[in-house]
Amino acid sequence: MDELLSILSTNALEPRENIARMMAIPEAEVNARIAEYERTGVIRGYQAILNEDQLDLDKVTAVIEVKVTPQREGGFDTIAQRISRFPEVRSAYLMSGAYDLLLFVEGRNLREVAGFVTQRLSPLEGVISTSTHFMLKTYKRFGVMMQQEDSDERLTVSP
Amino acid sequence: MNASPSLRNRLNQVVRDIPRSGIRDFFDIVTTMKDVISLGIGEPDFDTPWHVRESTVFALERGATHYTSNLGYIELRRALSDYVAKTFGATYRPDDEVLITVGVSEALDLALRALLNPGDDVLYHEPCYVSYRATILFAHGNPIVVETNARNGFRLTRAMLEEKVTPRTKVLMLNFPNNPTGAVMSRADLEDIAAFACERDLIVITDEIYGELTYDTPHTSIVSLPGLRERTIFLHGFSKAWAMTGFRLGYACGPAELIEAMMKIHQYTMLCASSLSQKAAIEALARPASDIKEMVDEYRRRRNYLASAFADMGIECHRPLGAFYAFPSVAKFGMPAKEFALKFLHEEKVAVVPGTAFGACGEGFVRCAYATSMDNIKEAMARLARFVKKL
Repeated sequence: MDELLSILSTNALEPRENIARMMAIPEAEVNARIAEYERTGVIRGYQAILNEDQLDLDKVTAVIEVKVTPQREGGFDTIAQRISRFPEVRSAYLMSGAYDLLLFVEGRNLREVAGFVTQRLSPLEGVISTSTHFMLKTYKRFGVMMQQEDSDERLTVSP
Repeated sequence: MNASPSLRNRLNQVVRDIPRSGIRDFFDIVTTMKDVISLGIGEPDFDTPWHVRESTVFALERGATHYTSNLGYIELRRALSDYVAKTFGATYRPDDEVLITVGVSEALDLALRALLNPGDDVLYHEPCYVSYRATILFAHGNPIVVETNARNGFRLTRAMLEEKVTPRTKVLMLNFPNNPTGAVMSRADLEDIAAFACERDLIVITDEIYGELTYDTPHTSIVSLPGLRERTIFLHGFSKAWAMTGFRLGYACGPAELIEAMMKIHQYTMLCASSLSQKAAIEALARPASDIKEMVDEYRRRRNYLASAFADMGIECHRPLGAFYAFPSVAKFGMPAKEFALKFLHEEKVAVVPGTAFGACGEGFVRCAYATSMDNIKEAMARLARFVKKL
């Protein structure tokens, strides 16, 4: 991966001036390259990584395995796009293995998610079956441990 | 902490006369202070890769808690033989040309003790790792220092060695990439040194602990040059490239006669390196490339950041090409390096190590380790900018 993208993936708020220093290139070039990534859609947005367990949110997350019938034109894409458009669906992936689509669905409570599955998802043409699992606790998201990391145990000065 | 005069008189004379490491004195001062940002740490800030730690726990569960062969586990020596061939360009037989040691420090001590008779001269270059001079003296050798300088990027040249070599010189010690300067040697540089070593029939001890950590050009090992393998003891370990300092695991590769002599001392003084550390090392070698590449990429960014920050402040610093140290000059601020470091520590709570800890010619320089987070580096540079403005 381009080093610029890997820096932004670690910290999207890294000031452009610092990125320029780290990569030993002019700041204008950093700006131009980021603008190009945004224009072409490689960078689709910037978000904070939250530890939601620390917040008292009215929210549950379900991971839903979905079996679907691929369609004659468009294969899995048509049905996957249709499902992904529901705002309740936060992430959607085409999978290999025992099922076809993996969805991360959010709702205010279990009943709301159940309503989404039974009334919106399951009746869709092409959806064969679903299997819903509720998330209980988050240990790591997007490569970030959710518990505070250990403090530095190194000596303060060493040879 | 001084022993009473009567006990002090009974100490071995060599031990008594060697001063404590300058870095130790500085450490004692820093530990009395709170919330210090330290650029004084000579070890990676990365955690030991998780797969290595996890497999150490597994080895413990499985009962790998016994003595190993004096040379070390044969699986580890085989893996190292492959790794050294691939990474450093010299082939060693796992059976009798590889010795696993407790860090490179032990390997260096063994090598010198195995080679030196009292009064043999040893050429080494300063600024250098704090232990070199003392280790030569402990082995009853006579240290002959060759001073490198910022003008040529702290590289060692044949001319410098010619000037200092004596008829009694037996050993040439090398450490590139270098702690504390971050200097590296090009292949052409090393070819000159290699020719010199062959002509003078010197044994070369090369400490390449930072060999994986170069940022602009790939590392060349002197053992890969024609004729050098037969007269060289190659030292390397797991502390830097795998962030395994506390595991204390190093190794030496060399011709069988030399390794056998080192092993004799090792077997009577150490017996073997820690079994668990050796198991960890086997796992580390199973997947070296990805772990190391991520670290190198991050170190390079920090190096770039530091170099650019120094330039903005008008502080001269030769470009650090390897290891994780920058060695900027603070001579223009008109005070000794130690005073600069202490003043900076007291006024801005940032620890850098005075260059004199690494030899007298380190005067006028401070060592800034970039083995700390980018946030710390940014804050330390902001404080340095504020500090030097007032001087």
